[in-house]
Amino acid sequence: MTDLHELSILELSKGLRDRKFSSVEVTKHFLKRIKELDGQLNSFITVTEEEALVQAHAADKKIFDGQANVLSGIPIAHKDIFCTKGIRTSCGSKMLDKFISPYDASVVSNLKKADMVMLGKTNMDEFAMGSSNETSFYGAVKNPWDISCVPGGSSGGSAAATAARLCAGATGTDTGGSIRQPAALNGITGLKPTYGRCSRFGMIAFASSLDQAGTMTRSAMDAALMLGGMAGFDEKDSTSVDKPVENYAENLNRSIRGLKVGIVKEFMEDNLNQGIASSFEKVINQLKSLGAEIVEVSLPNIHLSVSVYYVVAPAECSSNLSRFDGIRYGHRCSNPENLEDLYKRSRSEGFGAEVKRRIMMGTYALSAGFYDAFYLKALKIRKLIGQDFANVFENCDLIASPTAPEVAFKIGQKTDDPISMYLQDIFTIGVNLAGLPGVSIPAPLDKKMPVGFQLIGNFFEESKLLNVAHKIQETTDWHYAKPENF
Amino acid sequence: MSISSENVKKIARLAALALDSEEIASLSRDLSKILELVEQMSAIETEGVSPSSHPLNLSQRLRKDEVTATNQRELNLGNAPDSKNGLFLVPKVIDQ
Repeated sequence: MTDLHELSILELSKGLRDRKFSSVEVTKHFLKRIKELDGQLNSFITVTEEEALVQAHAADKKIFDGQANVLSGIPIAHKDIFCTKGIRTSCGSKMLDKFISPYDASVVSNLKKADMVMLGKTNMDEFAMGSSNETSFYGAVKNPWDISCVPGGSSGGSAAATAARLCAGATGTDTGGSIRQPAALNGITGLKPTYGRCSRFGMIAFASSLDQAGTMTRSAMDAALMLGGMAGFDEKDSTSVDKPVENYAENLNRSIRGLKVGIVKEFMEDNLNQGIASSFEKVINQLKSLGAEIVEVSLPNIHLSVSVYYVVAPAECSSNLSRFDGIRYGHRCSNPENLEDLYKRSRSEGFGAEVKRRIMMGTYALSAGFYDAFYLKALKIRKLIGQDFANVFENCDLIASPTAPEVAFKIGQKTDDPISMYLQDIFTIGVNLAGLPGVSIPAPLDKKMPVGFQLIGNFFEESKLLNVAHKIQETTDWHYAKPENF
Repeated sequence: MSISSENVKKIARLAALALDSEEIASLSRDLSKILELVEQMSAIETEGVSPSSHPLNLSQRLRKDEVTATNQRELNLGNAPDSKNGLFLVPKVIDQ
């Protein structure tokens, strides 16, 4: 029999219900792998062995009683941005190093209700601010394909753990590319759903108008199964959208013949990395052979998306992170002289450099005299970028682009230059500004390192995205490529 | 446009951050670079464009004004750095 960790969520689901193995066996197997291998990767902040085994036993009982659903008993990991009741939820920050969440995030409770087993909490850039997972208080995560390289970020721990087969899949969050870019750099499938599709309740806020929870799995099929378990309307999130959750897995097998896929001309300029371009081309050719029609499209304002993002996201971040005051929860400095000293020193000691940088940028952009020039201007261009996408979707079903401008880079290579780090997200940020769904799937490797292929859909067209992704994966073996040492 | 150390200190006060001189210098450099990136926005005319603050342009949903959550004072105080008799403790605010 194939090793348990090599099985997809779908295969695990069948095996569990056919009683080929139990959830306790699968869970113990993954826990053992985490123990043996994660020392090389640092992809987990907290491993919840005890809770995992309790959940696995409960899932086995449901399976035995014939009450199982498709996700019952499958072990996954949660990004440490999701609140988990009774378990430390650090958000990768010293600020929350001792924070034990008093409640579960809705995404966590949805997946608990679906009987999924939680193995632990994965490492991430501090407060999800970063594209390399180097800003974590708990140290950098290493890329399983080459441990001298970054796994991308901010959901780098979830991506590395999924690629290294330390879990069957994981949750992630995406504010400017934080699911899709690490998925690309680790050779896995990362889905960022439409804004409002998954609840943000209990997901520690970074930029509330951009943040969205999603899945990190080894295939589009697994993403479809997992999204079905986590998506849905939530009273507790005022921006949650009341729309029925589709049966995503059932919609994967439609023919994609005649589907119109747009290639964004602004993304395919001469300075595009050669390896990325040729890998992208191969996936496009596969789409053609599956009967899709490829057309060139234009997003005339997309070149401004990084600029807009670095006003909007820091502005919202500076506002959201003002809650960390050292009083109700989180880090408190020792021997504060007075209240102001308590605020200032608690925050300065609790936050790392990148988080401070963004709080400062956001505070500046929102301050008197600059609001119109920066924040309001950014919101107007955000509108234009959204309109550009809407225009394209009038004539196109989907948009295709590379996910990231390059393969995984060396640890430390970009830490001194925030701008070059920010430009990691040039192909992904527009999707968040417009609130659209996007998925990154593995394209052919470039010099033995993973490359991501991004598909962008119209609002709530996760089914169409996953359908196309699945058709590509059904007819190619790119998503089976895996890191040698794991 | 660049951001001087003086500006950085002013913003830090607004953001309730205590920064050392090294941080002030590096933030002055980094924020100036980020501003350069951000200033590319001025190349575009946005007269008459309505700002977008919500990607789906939905209006805020309202809920009934009812108590739904149970009182979890002890649980919530469990994360407080300092508390007493069910209250959060802070340094003395009012002088005697």
